[in-house]
Amino acid sequence: MSMQTIRAKEGVKMAVMEYIDAIRLAMKEEMERDEDVFVLGEDVGLKGGVFTTTKGLQEQFGELRALDAPLAESAIAGVAIGAAMYGMKPIAEMQYSDFMFPATNQIISEAAKIRYRSNNDWNCPLVVRAPIGGGVFGGLYHSQCPESVFFGTPGLKIVAPYTPYDAKGLLKAAVRDPDPVLYFENKKCYKLVVGEVPDTDYTVPIGKANVLREGDDITVISYSLPLHYAMEAAEELAQEGISAHILDLRTLQPLDKEAILEAARRTGKVLIIHEDNKFGGIGGEVSAIIAEEMLYELDAPIMRLCGPDVPAMPINPPGEKFFMLNKEKVKESMRHLALY
Amino acid sequence: MKTVVEVIMPQLAESLVSATIEKWLKQPGDPVDVYEPLAEIITDKVNAELPSTLKGTLVKILVGAGETIPVGTPICLVETEDDIAEGIPSSSGSNPQEAGKGSGNAALSAEAAGFTASGDGDTSMRHRYSPAVQQIAAEHGVNLTLVPGTGLGGRITRKDVLAYVASGAVKQAAAPKAEPSVAAAKPEQLNMDPRVPVRSSGIHFSETPRIPHIEVEGQSIPGSGETFVDITPIRNTIAQKMRQSVTEIPHGWMMIEVDVTNLVVLRNKLKDEFRAREGVNLTYLAFFIKAVVNAIKDYPIINSVWAVDKIIVKRDINISLSVGTEDSVITPVIKNADQKNIAGIAREIDVLARKTRDGKLKLDDVQGGTFTVNNTGSFGSILTQPIINYPQAAIVTFESIVKRPVVINDMLAVRSMANVCLSLDHRILDGVICGRFLQRVKDTLEGFDQEMKLY
Repeated sequence: MSMQTIRAKEGVKMAVMEYIDAIRLAMKEEMERDEDVFVLGEDVGLKGGVFTTTKGLQEQFGELRALDAPLAESAIAGVAIGAAMYGMKPIAEMQYSDFMFPATNQIISEAAKIRYRSNNDWNCPLVVRAPIGGGVFGGLYHSQCPESVFFGTPGLKIVAPYTPYDAKGLLKAAVRDPDPVLYFENKKCYKLVVGEVPDTDYTVPIGKANVLREGDDITVISYSLPLHYAMEAAEELAQEGISAHILDLRTLQPLDKEAILEAARRTGKVLIIHEDNKFGGIGGEVSAIIAEEMLYELDAPIMRLCGPDVPAMPINPPGEKFFMLNKEKVKESMRHLALY
Repeated sequence: MKTVVEVIMPQLAESLVSATIEKWLKQPGDPVDVYEPLAEIITDKVNAELPSTLKGTLVKILVGAGETIPVGTPICLVETEDDIAEGIPSSSGSNPQEAGKGSGNAALSAEAAGFTASGDGDTSMRHRYSPAVQQIAAEHGVNLTLVPGTGLGGRITRKDVLAYVASGAVKQAAAPKAEPSVAAAKPEQLNMDPRVPVRSSGIHFSETPRIPHIEVEGQSIPGSGETFVDITPIRNTIAQKMRQSVTEIPHGWMMIEVDVTNLVVLRNKLKDEFRAREGVNLTYLAFFIKAVVNAIKDYPIINSVWAVDKIIVKRDINISLSVGTEDSVITPVIKNADQKNIAGIAREIDVLARKTRDGKLKLDDVQGGTFTVNNTGSFGSILTQPIINYPQAAIVTFESIVKRPVVINDMLAVRSMANVCLSLDHRILDGVICGRFLQRVKDTLEGFDQEMKLY
């Protein structure tokens, strides 16, 4: 339990829980708070989700608020969009983000654009939850990171929590947001990341990044699972006298420009890390923001450590190990930048 | 041709992130075959044997008994014949760092050499100034040729300029322009300053004190009266569960005393024959569990869980049995205890207790408990205030049987008496229901007589 945890504030009761429990708790509390909130997706009802993320919701709220959908992601997204436009607050689950692509048209062409297209007459308070990432022996169809597919779509908000605290707070913020939010939860974090979660009704603001660790030698900017490796690597590098400043983006769209620039200014040396492949990924956009705004404060080329530009996560274990980021790879890149 | 291959800690279950080596079954020098157990490992709940993935000779143990390591960490080295190693590429080819190891650490030493070279020899980057360096230099009027570079290829980093400015060398360098040799000598010294932490004595403030991870029996710090004992995974689980139970559940407590004289007589009459016939001891605990199960049947609310907006009453009666070992307590479960007779319960107690002490419990053995019974009398207690086995609704203890003078019909009699203690989740249960429950346990226990059937 050496995970990084958000420290308890005075007087607030904290429970230590796993990332997946924080997601489940957020849905449960929002459904209790607002009867317009409901979940739909494949196996979310009776089975309680293939990862148990929605376990207990059907027992508590009934079949109509924990709705088992047919194997048709475009229908799941479409039904949710319709319900949202009508005033409901749907949480649509894509069983794996890999299965999300049949719903892309609904999400990009309908959900993202309805407010703009109707000149503010209609909006779409929709949440789409989708587990991203590999490292679970899932191969091609259960390991993808689709952030970059949706990243360049104005009208969508995208969040990707790393801590259980953020997992709960961001999901609540997403449910209450008047516009469509894609909630990318990392399936390897489900049981791996444990942290303190206050039992108060709090939200984490969408669009705000978070400094996980302060340091003076290098700035690491990342989101989701790779932060786990970065935090571990930073701990070890501290023994070598290298101090790392680590920024968790938390929200990918819109990016928290101010926080990114502030973190980059701190050291002038920036390393951006994500599991999604390098070319066309979030890192390119973060890098461009820094280059546009503060070229003269940079002390080293902006560096990126990402998944390789190959078509898919291999199913064979050595191949998966090669593809995935890990503490060693992250540490090596951090050290390289520090020594530069 | 022989190759040394690393064996890594495998992922035993999807959710598992770390495991502890309990003990090594093979020692360096021992031959190992594929699937032969190398070591025993402990996870949060279950123990398992770790089979070898290859055939060869165990060369070196990398992780000692008692150490907890993340999944994927190499735990030992096995020397194999080359053709065999090729047959199982997943273990030899998977680790790219290992490829270097085969060729005699050549890669490693080259890497180390690379770092030192960039430290002093290589100066190819000495005159490549980054925008940040130029900006700070311009702001403070720093002559960059005087600033020592600690970066790659002798590059001046942003921190180097900042350190140079902070050291006050700028003024000294700027003022006596006539004697550059003095100014040039200064930075030579400063070169070391920012990197080497100031150390007066003992641990420096910036350094986190190290806590020894592995406890050596009886080890202590000279001069202090303390010994460090490492937290085992099971200890950690117990600590978490206990804390969760005490903080979340408002505990209530009550106790009754039971006259078990008849039971003592009954058991003494039957125990030898039972032992001969069944091969296990006929313990008081078996009778006690039977009495508890009967009482739960009458008051099913005892067998429940608090679920915030409702109470979940469990239909199955699965009795968690507290079994203590030297350094921990585990609660294996007697499933469907209401469908078993006293002989069946006695047999199950024996099996579970043996498994617990041998560390052979499977995950299935410890899951699904709905109510906990603790035989505290077995270690001489006459009164306990047990902590509820979270998330159950209550726990009951059976204390020592002692002979005491008791008043019966205004006459004194010497009877075998035992206390029964109950801790209850006061969100679910109140005094009246628990009083009735205990009364039913008492009635059943006192009602056991010579006619009692074990089967």
